[in-house]
Order: sequence, then structure tokens, then C-alpha cells
Amino acid sequence: MFHWLEKHPFFFAVAVFVTIAFAGLIEILPNFAEASRPVIGTKPYSTLELAGRHVYIKNSCNACHSQLVRPFKSETDRYGHYSLSGEYAYDRPFLWGSKRTGPDLMRVGNYRTTDWHENHMKDPSGVVPGSIMPAYTWMFKNTADIDTAYAEQITVNKVFNTPYNQELPMADGTKATVKMAATLDEAHADALAEAKVIAADMKDQDVKDAVEAGQIPEIVALIAYLNSLK
Amino acid sequence: MENRPLEYDYTVAKMFMLTTVLLGIVGMLVGVILAWEMAFPAVNTIAGSGLAEYTNFSRLRPLHTDAVIFGFTLSGIWSTWYYVGQRVLKVSMAESKFLMFLGKLHFGLYLLVVVSVVVSLLLGVTTSKEYAEFEWPIDIAVVVVWVTWGMSIFGLIGIRREKSLYISIWYYIATFLGIAMLYLFNNMEIPTFFASGGIGAWYHSVSMYSGTNDALVQWWYGHNAVAFGFTVPIVAMIYYFLPKESGQAVYSYKLSLLAFWGLMFVYLWAGGHHLIYSTVPDWMQTMGSVFSVVLILPSWGSAINMLLTMKGEWQQVAASPLIKFMILASTFYMFSTLEGPIQAIKSVNALAHFTDWIVGHVHDGVLGWVAFMIMASLFHMAPRVFKREIYSKSLMNTQFWIQTLGVVLYFTSMWIAGITQGMMWRAHDEFGNLAYSFIDTVAVLHPYFTIRAVGGTLYFLGMFLFAFNMYKTMTSSRRVEESELQNASPMGA
Repeated sequence: MFHWLEKHPFFFAVAVFVTIAFAGLIEILPNFAEASRPVIGTKPYSTLELAGRHVYIKNSCNACHSQLVRPFKSETDRYGHYSLSGEYAYDRPFLWGSKRTGPDLMRVGNYRTTDWHENHMKDPSGVVPGSIMPAYTWMFKNTADIDTAYAEQITVNKVFNTPYNQELPMADGTKATVKMAATLDEAHADALAEAKVIAADMKDQDVKDAVEAGQIPEIVALIAYLNSLK
Repeated sequence: MENRPLEYDYTVAKMFMLTTVLLGIVGMLVGVILAWEMAFPAVNTIAGSGLAEYTNFSRLRPLHTDAVIFGFTLSGIWSTWYYVGQRVLKVSMAESKFLMFLGKLHFGLYLLVVVSVVVSLLLGVTTSKEYAEFEWPIDIAVVVVWVTWGMSIFGLIGIRREKSLYISIWYYIATFLGIAMLYLFNNMEIPTFFASGGIGAWYHSVSMYSGTNDALVQWWYGHNAVAFGFTVPIVAMIYYFLPKESGQAVYSYKLSLLAFWGLMFVYLWAGGHHLIYSTVPDWMQTMGSVFSVVLILPSWGSAINMLLTMKGEWQQVAASPLIKFMILASTFYMFSTLEGPIQAIKSVNALAHFTDWIVGHVHDGVLGWVAFMIMASLFHMAPRVFKREIYSKSLMNTQFWIQTLGVVLYFTSMWIAGITQGMMWRAHDEFGNLAYSFIDTVAVLHPYFTIRAVGGTLYFLGMFLFAFNMYKTMTSSRRVEESELQNASPMGA
């Protein structure tokens, strides 16, 4: 049979393809219906948070930081409850990372503050002596891309039914609603309102001035995202 | 029929040779910068704080991986394809104007993709998925390049004289099919600009899969991009170039059959080992783990087949630096395909995952196996393509030892770094509290990061020797006759 295949390239290629495709069919497909159901307390990202997530991705934070707490005592002691599949239901793409040059950030919003992030992003080794993380000073100057974040909200809402403007059950029994604006201008206004809350806790005068003037620096969006990780 | 050997046309092979060397240097330069940044963070602002956005670790990291995978390695694969393909199918590219055009188009489009990838990654335009960072416009261009290559493969096969496909061709076909399938499925994404009616960045997209599913697809891709980029086509190379250079027949046809079909079947299952103790279902993690161990069989099948091909001819290893490169590559392949399965065992993975041990594993594979084999292939091709002897044997020997030392420093330091950090992360004191804060486990790595950076720099220096040797071979080496090109490549002192 093998000799025959080697003389018939088309059938050879088909045989190879079937052989390699087999594993994917069995391993990946069955999980698709199961895995994307959100657990209680999981919310989609707000416009500003999503813009911050884009800043996180733009700077490949995931190259050094994981967002996956494994079920070991040493990890739950350090980072909090181990990760559940449903917690990632609205993560497109997933940001688990594959290397922890720095610590896990899955639940960083539980134990770090806006103030801490501001100082740390400006001068990591000033906050954590011995840190090898570079400073991200340009995030204080670049403006966050709210348009694209809003476009992504519309897309996931339309295509994947990501539940914006709907009441969602929270872990403490209350309900929460994440808003998606009806227009781009409204989205900007909402993001700015959210940004003002963050900027109020910050010290950098340029950032405060920018937000006051209606601009949202990348750092503000990033901190909004990091604070949402719980 | 005239009784004279076919004249092959190596125009396209030469083009890809050039990008192999150039992108190899670029990709490894970025790698070396990254290594020094981890050892000495001040290097992050080496071009001044104004440009720090483009020189800092996180922005450069995807550029390193993509430049060495899709730049250096892919160029090497294609360069050897446009050389080996003609020779084992016994047909010249010059015989078909269409295939010649296709080959040149392939190269031209590839260059465009390379430039757009470099620009977009430096600007931070990325999907974040490892080795699949490109946004949708580039993804489409990649698919076009890939299809062009596929047409070239099957076009050449279509007009072949040798009816039976040689082992290397099996592996090239598998590379084409495997990457095509993986790349398409992993990059399923929706452009937000169009879905939202024209809002935001036109190039931005959102993944079709979310969370755990996204991770599953990504590591099914990520792991097997390694399979079909770093293993399958490199095996194609060694099955052709080692027998050619040594003048020995492949040791066992049956073993090559077993290894090929075994590899095809088993490799795809092993992707799950990237997700052990994550939120993907347990049975999938176990499958990933088990199949990773089974994967030793087909991997070692090829490696042993190659080593036994040298049976009775081991003096060639001492005599020829070119054979040295190939034998060491094959040995590193065995080494790396044993190390991988060990790391895929659940309890080992619990320690090793997220640490530098994984980085070490990747690099003993790519530096020791992939890059050595690609460089050996190019060294073997050079005299045949340029009709000149290899410029300097002693330079080749020097390069071999410098780079071997570089690899050894790299993986040994990363083993120690990874295991040290893994042990420190999990250490508890007598009261059950964590023994170390995270920063303690970073500070302790400084010496190993430094050793790794030295190892990487040595390897990078070797790349320059390689480039210089190739350049001299091309331009000013002694001209050789066809009769000198039977087996062992002619080399100058």
C-alpha cells in the first residue's frame, strides 16, 4: 500500500491529511459546546476595559505574564482561586500566556490598586526592587483607541451574542449590567466617565490634564482593564 | 535519449538562500537583544527612552519568534525545497515557464509579507496568539503565499520523471498540508471594522473562539506549527542531505515508513501538553501527555535511521564539518524529542510550565537541530548552486564549535533557571506559608540569564561566520567541475 501511495501523489496527500486531521476532530470539536458557558459573576468588558485589553495585547504583556491560576496550593496561595473555564467566556483572544517572567495577573484587580499600577508602570524597579520589567512610559502619552474597542463590542455582541445591556447574575446575588453604547459618541462619553474615576486616583498631572480635556491616555485604559481582573 | 545529467535551475533556491541568511541574522539579533534585556533591564532603553516603545522586551519578543520561524526557518525550508524538489523528482524548474514564474512570485509575495510583519509587530499590531500574531490582512497574504508554494509543489510533482516520491517529498507535502490546516483554523477571526459598519482600526479583528476553546485551538496550532515547521521539513532535509553528503544509502526504508506515518498520526494529539492543569478537560490534558510520550517513537525512528545511515562511515564525522553539523543536529533532535515528552508528564509539567526550562527546551531544539540542519543544507547546496567550493573548511569548523558551545550554555543555564524558579514558586515554609515572594524567584535567575545571553551571543557570532563563509563561497571561491560534486562537498582550507 505504501509503495502504491508513493507513486500516487494525490492519494498520498489525502492519506496524510486524513491522518493529521483525525486528532483535531476528536480532541477539539467535542469541547466547543461545553467550554464557553460563563460562570456566575463573569461579565463582558466595558469599552474602556476593552481598550485597555488592547493596550495589554499591543505591548505583549502576555509574553511575560500568565492569566491562568493552576489548581495547586502554591498558586492559590499566591494568586487566589484557581481558574475556571467559564471565567474566560468573554476573552477573545484568551490571554493565558506561556511564560511567567513576571507573576500571574488573572486576579490582579483583587490586590493591586490604580495608584500601585501607575507607579509601577512608570518605574517597575522603584516599586519592586530587583524587578526586571521595563518601564512603559509611552503609555502615559499615547492615546487609547476607544473606536476600535467599541467596534469590537459591537462585533462580539452581534456575532457571538455577548450579553451587553443585559442583567447578569453576580456571585453575591446581585445583578450587574455592562453597557454598550448606542453610538460612537456615546461610547466615547461613557469611556471618558469611567476614565475620570481612574484618573482621580492617579498623580501624573499630564494624565489628569489629558482626561480633563477629554483624551484617554493608554495607561488609564490599561489600569481599568487590570482593575477588572478579579 | 541523450545520456547526460539534467541541468537544474536554482534561481528560486538562491533567492530563498539569501533570505535564510539575512532573516536568520535579524531574528537572532533580536533574540540576543531580548536575552540581554532579561539579564540587564537597562538594555530595554538602549536606543534612548524616546524609542523605548520599539526596543523594549515585550514589543520585540513576537518579532524574534516570528523572524526565526517564518523568516529564517521558512526561508530555509523553501530554499531546500526548490533545490531538493527538482533533484529527487528528476525535473528542472527551467522546463516549465509557469513553475518558474510561480517560484519567483512565491518569493516576491513572501518578501512583502516579511516587510509587513516586521512593521506591524513593531507597531504593536498583534492578535497576541503565539506564532499567529498577524492580523487578518497579513493572514490572507500568508494564505496566498502558502497556496503559491502548494501549486509549485504539486506542479513540479505533476511533471516529474521519477515516478516514486522520495522520503523527503513526503515530508514536504506533509509540511504544506499540516501548516495549511492549522493556520487556517487558528486564525479564524472577524474583522471588527466591517462587522461594526466601519468603526475603529481597519486591520483589527476578534477571535472566533473564546477563552478555553481559543486556547485549545491555539495550542493545537502552536504545538503543531512546531511539528510542521521545525520537525517535518527539517527531517525532509536530513533524509536528502545526509545520504548525499556522506555517500551512504538511507539505513532502513521500513524505519522511514514507520517514522513518517507514526509522526503524522501521533504529533497532532500532543498539543494538549501545553494546557496541562489549565481549564481544558482533564481527558484532553491526559491525551496530550500520553501522546507526547508515544511521540518519542517516530521521532527517534527518524533520528536513529539517520545515525545508522552513517554506519561504518563514522570517520566522516571527524573529517567533515558538514557531516558534523548534520550528526549533531540529529543528536539534538533525539535529545530534544526526549526532553519534550519528559516535560509533558503531568507532574513534571506542574514544575516546568511557565518557567525558563521550556524556553531552554525550545532552543536546544531550534538552535541545535533546526538551525544546524538548515545551515548544513545550505552548505551542501552552495557548491552545487554556485559551482564553487565552500570557501573555508576551518571557518566552518570554528563556527561549529562556537555555536555548539553557545547552545550548550543556553540550555544548561535555562534548565537550572527553570527548575530553580519552579521549585521556589512552590516552596512553603514550616507554617505552610509561601517561602518566597515572586521577586525573590526573579532575582535568583540573574546569573543564568547572563549565561544564556552569552550563549546566545556566541551562537549569533557563528551566524556571521556562516554568512561570511557563504558570501565568499558565492563570490570568490575556487570554481569546481560537476565531477567534484558527487558526494562530499568540496571545501577550501
